[in-house]
Amino acid sequence: MQLTGSLFADMSAIYGNSLSTFPDFPAEIRAPHGTVSGVSGFQVHIGSEGVGTPGDFCDLLVAMNPAALKSNAKWCKPTAMILVDGDAFDEKGMEKAGFQTENPFTELRVEDRAIIVAPISTLTQESLKESGLDAKTVLKCKNMFTLGMACYIYSRPLEYIYQYLERKFSKKHPELIEPNKKVLNDGFNYAANIQAIPNTYTVAPVKNKKPGTYRNITGNQAVAWGLLAASEKSGLPLFCGSYPITPATAILEELAIHKSLGAKTLQAEDEIAGICTAIGASYAGNLAVTTTSGPGLSLKSEALGLAVMAELPLVVVDVQRGGPSTGLPTKTEQSDLNQALYGRNGECPMPVIAAHSPSNCFDAAYFAAKIALEHMTPVMLLSEGFLGNGSEPWRVPVMADYPEIKPPFVNGVLTDGEKFHPFERDAETLVRRWAIPGQKGFEHRVGGLEKTHAGVLSTDPVNHETMVRERAEKVARVARRIPELEILHGPASGKLLVVGWGGTYGHLLNAVEEAGDVVSFVHFDYINPLPSNTEKVFGGFEKILVCELNSGQFVAWLRASLPQFNYLQYNKVQGQPFLVSELVDAIRKEL
Amino acid sequence: MANLTFKDFKSDQEVRWCPGCGDHAVLAALQRALPKVSQALNYEKERYVVVSGIGCSSRLPYYMDTYGFHSIHGRATAISTGIKVANPWLTVWQACGDGDALAIGGNHFIHAIRRNIDINIILFNNQIYGLTKGQYSPTSKFGAITKTSPYGTVEHPFNPGSLVLGAKGTFFARSLDVELKLNEEIMTAAALHDGCSVMEMLTNCVIFNDGAHKSISDPEFRSDRTIVLRDGERMVFGKNNDRGLVYDGKKLRVVHIGEGGYGLEDVLVHDSHNDNIGLHMALAEMKGPDYPVALGVIRDVRDITYDDGVRDQVKEVMAKSKIHNVDELLHSGSTWEVK
Repeated sequence: MQLTGSLFADMSAIYGNSLSTFPDFPAEIRAPHGTVSGVSGFQVHIGSEGVGTPGDFCDLLVAMNPAALKSNAKWCKPTAMILVDGDAFDEKGMEKAGFQTENPFTELRVEDRAIIVAPISTLTQESLKESGLDAKTVLKCKNMFTLGMACYIYSRPLEYIYQYLERKFSKKHPELIEPNKKVLNDGFNYAANIQAIPNTYTVAPVKNKKPGTYRNITGNQAVAWGLLAASEKSGLPLFCGSYPITPATAILEELAIHKSLGAKTLQAEDEIAGICTAIGASYAGNLAVTTTSGPGLSLKSEALGLAVMAELPLVVVDVQRGGPSTGLPTKTEQSDLNQALYGRNGECPMPVIAAHSPSNCFDAAYFAAKIALEHMTPVMLLSEGFLGNGSEPWRVPVMADYPEIKPPFVNGVLTDGEKFHPFERDAETLVRRWAIPGQKGFEHRVGGLEKTHAGVLSTDPVNHETMVRERAEKVARVARRIPELEILHGPASGKLLVVGWGGTYGHLLNAVEEAGDVVSFVHFDYINPLPSNTEKVFGGFEKILVCELNSGQFVAWLRASLPQFNYLQYNKVQGQPFLVSELVDAIRKEL
Repeated sequence: MANLTFKDFKSDQEVRWCPGCGDHAVLAALQRALPKVSQALNYEKERYVVVSGIGCSSRLPYYMDTYGFHSIHGRATAISTGIKVANPWLTVWQACGDGDALAIGGNHFIHAIRRNIDINIILFNNQIYGLTKGQYSPTSKFGAITKTSPYGTVEHPFNPGSLVLGAKGTFFARSLDVELKLNEEIMTAAALHDGCSVMEMLTNCVIFNDGAHKSISDPEFRSDRTIVLRDGERMVFGKNNDRGLVYDGKKLRVVHIGEGGYGLEDVLVHDSHNDNIGLHMALAEMKGPDYPVALGVIRDVRDITYDDGVRDQVKEVMAKSKIHNVDELLHSGSTWEVK
């Protein structure tokens, strides 16, 4: 189903639709088949205008078995079409899904929707009767039959999928190309012939789309590419030390592919080794990165402190998932913000940045790396499972348009008798200089112990306080280099300001548009430090409503940072994105 | 040609180990070995990076006038790995203790050995946690009485040699802190070895575990209870060089040369470069009272190193790939044009 969904999405993207996807799958690789907890779903939202979210409710639900119907029927619009594989709705299938009656549609109260029960398994077997393929392989092709039907319903040409099948199977399994094409085609024709499809849709390409080259991209892929871009721009090789963890692993996998751009990836023995090898690589002069999710970030805490203390550049990517502990590994949440902001011993601040859409992950990663390298600090980049796995069309940028990245390298040679002082700071930014090992005369020691500006160990009380303050002030002054907060919707002052951060951007934007012109909206990409005009923007509003997928971590940060304002909050902690409709309700309540 | 002396490697920092601590001697050996290494390999001083974890011995980078990184407990090996992979041109030395490398950092330690990354690890083994003032470590003898084992430990110690060889280590050497000349020799051999080199230094903690190695280090009977292995030399030991190691088909045996039908020609000749790990393991595991403790370079074999592997793979893929910059990457695969 994940493949069928992503093929439909890619095809729609190439066709020119705006779209957003949301894969939602169980944590188990082969979850118990036919059970409600084992349902793997893929949500695609396509449109002719800006699509900001995977959508709340659907026009077409494809359910390959009773369990899939049961877990998703509640998301059907009153006008929705429900397409099911009738072969899967046998006694056993119904029982596994826990249906009490014989009619699943009435039991779920969706009997008034347009229901198409197609014997998809049988039809696929029939279609491939003479293919010579074994029974198991034949049954695997039923998703293609379904995709063919969906293509008919949404008036999509099949050429893109033909090309995909040719690419995918040409090397290892050329014998599978024609059977899959045939099943796809038969599914399309079946849908056209049965006369049971109440309406077909034509979703026109987005008009007045900015000219350029477009592609579909997931958030995890975009993070990887953004880091590669920063590596190229800074001239520093990319090093990624990581340990596999859901839902962040795809970043490591993606970087492992791109050795041609000089990227080195090290699959470490554990999360701690992931970050520590990255810290070592940073010390040795690479653009160093470690990628993880919440539980892994917990393990990295001590080493993060070391990177803060040694004042070394490092990008830490946390693709957040439901927590605490192992929590909901494949579900999305924004609940690692406190960990990102505070999760270290001692006074240990670091910049925290959040990506707001799958394609924005590229820019977020690029600027996280830029800040890390130019300010000699670890930077936390927060993504979310929803962004990492989700995809959207993206107009590919041109690298020449991106700003330079210039780390504060030591320059030239030291005069006779002059010693390099590793922790002397730039007067404006408070950033120290970077002497990469291998340069004559700049030999120096860094580490976790408190030191003086000269790099000498010190437990002097005043020196410690000075260094604590300077490290904090260095991070605070990053605010001078980041973009100001922009009002994305509504007036610059008024009754209600809706505030969001991270992956809720699309939902919030749609919600404020629906709620009306009087509602204003800002979205934070930069969390620590906050944009320098935040106070000014907030000052223009009677009420500030902070919406986030946790119990109120960002609102707590705002309360601590700008306590003069009165904050309202709207929270959801279900491992699922917001629904636009629930946000609209929450916003209207405050009007 | 690099013309460095031990003074070039001495930093201006005051050495703060306790008087009589074994670490002083290991530091001195390193400062004497590196000029020789530099001469042999034509390395300049700026090429050295000394990394450590946490513990008494981990203070060592501050006393070396080289690039240095004093990291966190147990993680030195991971930091060293990152440095070496990021820039294989650098030559990485690591100081770590028995608690540091074998307890909290045990995972990184075995994996660095498994990967055979080209770093030089000096493992200071004083069989005690010194900096936290005297708790037992993973190498403390069974039954050791310490602050956290007032009635004696009930756990078996690691033999670092078996651990290294069990992880298919390519270089393992062992020595006593006081063996200054031997230690210089070992450190030079480790530097010349391409791969992960582990040098176990049996050090004395005068405060919390004084005399831990006395049974073998005491000059009175050191030559009777230790054997210094050197390539091409027969495995002979004892005050009068009258004892030797033979292999009787099943295991190592100590024999008196000239007795029981054993002549000098029956005594084994050391070959650290022999790929067969069995004999090296047997040598590394020898202990009193039946056997002498083996000192010197026990194993030194060649194998592919991780850092070379990473570098070569990047080169290979670069040569083959059609994508050479990020703009090309952005336009690779499925894209479409909007006009």
